[in-house]
Amino acid sequence: MSLPFAKYRKIYFVISGIIISAAFVCLVMFGLEPGIDFVGGSIMEVQYSGERPSIEEVKNALSGIDLGQVTVQTAEEDRHIIRMKNISEELHQSVLEKIESLSDIEELRFESVGPLVGKELKEKTSLMAVLAVFGILLYITLAFKGISKKPLPSWEYGLASILALGHDIFIPLGFFAYLGHLNVAQITIPVVTALLTVLGYSINNTVVVFDRIRENLIKDRRSSFEEVVNNSINQSFSRSMNTSLTTLLVLFAIFFFGGETLRYFSLAMIVGLIAGTYSSLLLAPLMLVSWMKKR
Amino acid sequence: MKKPRIIAFLILVLAFFAGNFAFPQYFNQASDFVKEKTGLWLPKFSEVPFKLGLDLQGGVHLVYEADLSGVEEADKSSSMEGLRDVIERRVNFFGVDEPVVQTEQNGDRYRLIVELAGVIDPSQAIEEIGKTPFLQFREQKEDFEDILEKNQEILEGGEGEITDPFQDTDLTGQYLKKAEIDFDSTTYQPSVSLKFTDSGADLFEQITEKNTGKILAIYIDGILISSPVVEGKISGGNALITGSFTIEEAKELARNLNAGALPVPISLVSEQTVGPTLGKISLEKSLQAGLLGLVAVALFMVFFYRFAGLLASLALVVYIVLILGLFKIIPVTMTLAGIGGMILSIGIAVDANVLIFARMREELGSGKSFPLSIQEGFKRAWPSIRDGNLTTLLVAFVLFFFGTSFVKGFSLTLIIGILVSMFSAIFVTHNFLRCFEGTKLEKIKWLWK
Repeated sequence: MSLPFAKYRKIYFVISGIIISAAFVCLVMFGLEPGIDFVGGSIMEVQYSGERPSIEEVKNALSGIDLGQVTVQTAEEDRHIIRMKNISEELHQSVLEKIESLSDIEELRFESVGPLVGKELKEKTSLMAVLAVFGILLYITLAFKGISKKPLPSWEYGLASILALGHDIFIPLGFFAYLGHLNVAQITIPVVTALLTVLGYSINNTVVVFDRIRENLIKDRRSSFEEVVNNSINQSFSRSMNTSLTTLLVLFAIFFFGGETLRYFSLAMIVGLIAGTYSSLLLAPLMLVSWMKKR
Repeated sequence: MKKPRIIAFLILVLAFFAGNFAFPQYFNQASDFVKEKTGLWLPKFSEVPFKLGLDLQGGVHLVYEADLSGVEEADKSSSMEGLRDVIERRVNFFGVDEPVVQTEQNGDRYRLIVELAGVIDPSQAIEEIGKTPFLQFREQKEDFEDILEKNQEILEGGEGEITDPFQDTDLTGQYLKKAEIDFDSTTYQPSVSLKFTDSGADLFEQITEKNTGKILAIYIDGILISSPVVEGKISGGNALITGSFTIEEAKELARNLNAGALPVPISLVSEQTVGPTLGKISLEKSLQAGLLGLVAVALFMVFFYRFAGLLASLALVVYIVLILGLFKIIPVTMTLAGIGGMILSIGIAVDANVLIFARMREELGSGKSFPLSIQEGFKRAWPSIRDGNLTTLLVAFVLFFFGTSFVKGFSLTLIIGILVSMFSAIFVTHNFLRCFEGTKLEKIKWLWK
């Protein structure tokens, strides 16, 4: 069975174009909402043993204390997650008292990060991200060095995979900009870690497809470049889908059953992995076909 | 027996030991049961627990910033060490297992990190820790001898409360300029020399004059450190604490005095508290997620790759017990992030098998023999497996070396996971598969395609 991927490549480009535009709009309109690890702030998770008060009630109870902007979010059936500015231990205790006056609670966790520490973490994480991306780019240069001279120079393979990489990072970022706008999830260290890991993972998928193209170009000298690429996609298709699926299975397990802390970490990986599988199978190789046609 | 079967057998033996090392309770229960029923003695596995991070057992992680602006550059690190010692002593009173007190330097910022595991009241801990180290010079009370006598009686079995025989003087750490280790020029016995500020020197002169022949006790954080006898009035603001110190003890005392004297103000800049309930929930949930992920992947593999998938799932179980055993031996502190990395590596572990089996099928499809297909499948899939794991490893190493604690926990287990998974997916699965070379199963086509 061989599917005509190359023939309908414009469709795949258009789909990607639409999603990327949506991501772009989200990024421009909402911007990225950084978590407390990057800007400082406090986050508190409480579990009610009695009835859970409404978000409004909690906000009203806390209105007397200077906590900056307070957001209250429901979690599980019996919890609230409360975010506020970076507060001292005394303020923390008075916040607890106020909430305790509403209902019996147990404080599950409390995190408070000072603005300076946040700035440092941001710098450290940015350095880490830059180095990881740099490492991947270095790998691409080495992996595609002398991959072929005909019919396309090797740097075009490199360029295609870098563009695919941009696609893989842009879409989850846009998605998280939207989640940040909804006050659901912020860009935190776990999310950044997830995105970087996914980059390493998806570049590998691209390399596997390109390896097939290289192998087939040598074996099959009669077919056109378009046909060779199409065959290569077909041959890599089930392999790429299966490896992504096994990883997605465990990620979904973490997302649904792994608890609050790992939820957005796994979500970032899921979105990144889907984008990555799509781009490595359909975008990167089909870009090569389009460039070839332009010659 | 053929070679692959011997290897497969050895792998299973290794897995048996690793599995029982990771989860000794089942085997040990069985061992007890057998002993009870038959009187037969069976050895047991040692029950080493997993090392759990704060997020899984509950606890407090505190980061303090030390204000060293008033301290000379050369003394900064010794002040920090003094600070650490003082806080370590305070923290030890909480009675938690393995408290961690670390200093950290980031550019010109000095930090103190305190980690307390288990059930404690974070606000109380913060209060106790936040007290500035405190140096006091205390003199004998009027009825010093009487108090000592009474205390002695109480200690010898009487009842009542021990009375403090010393009372405070005005001289505290804030008047101390510097403490240094010193050596006697003839005996080379180490001692600690004190240098007071000008007003401290005046105070010291008055106190020593008043207390000649008596004990002037030196307290740090309310604990008696040294109790020298004043030999006479001391002017000039220099004092020497002699005693039977070792060099180490003298050094530590000087360091503590410096810290108490400086005083180094610290402020809490970051706090992370995980209640024990959440820790337990997190542990259960993440393990449940891991188990579900494992089952899902195993089902998937069996569905797509039939018998080969079954063998790959078996290899996956070998992988899991090996990695858990390794985590115990090394030991790796298990955090939520670490478990996340491990679960992710389950997905990556079968990745290699997917590549191999896909190639094997192609070879079988083109009419090659079973052993040749296995050989070719492994050979041809290898470059992709190597490259794929290399990119993930590359990123994981960058994360490990440049990341913060969450990232380090995740990337460490991911790195170990990838390396062990290469072993299980290639070496283990390969030998399992080869066990069926030349058997009847080999001929049953639907098992393999």
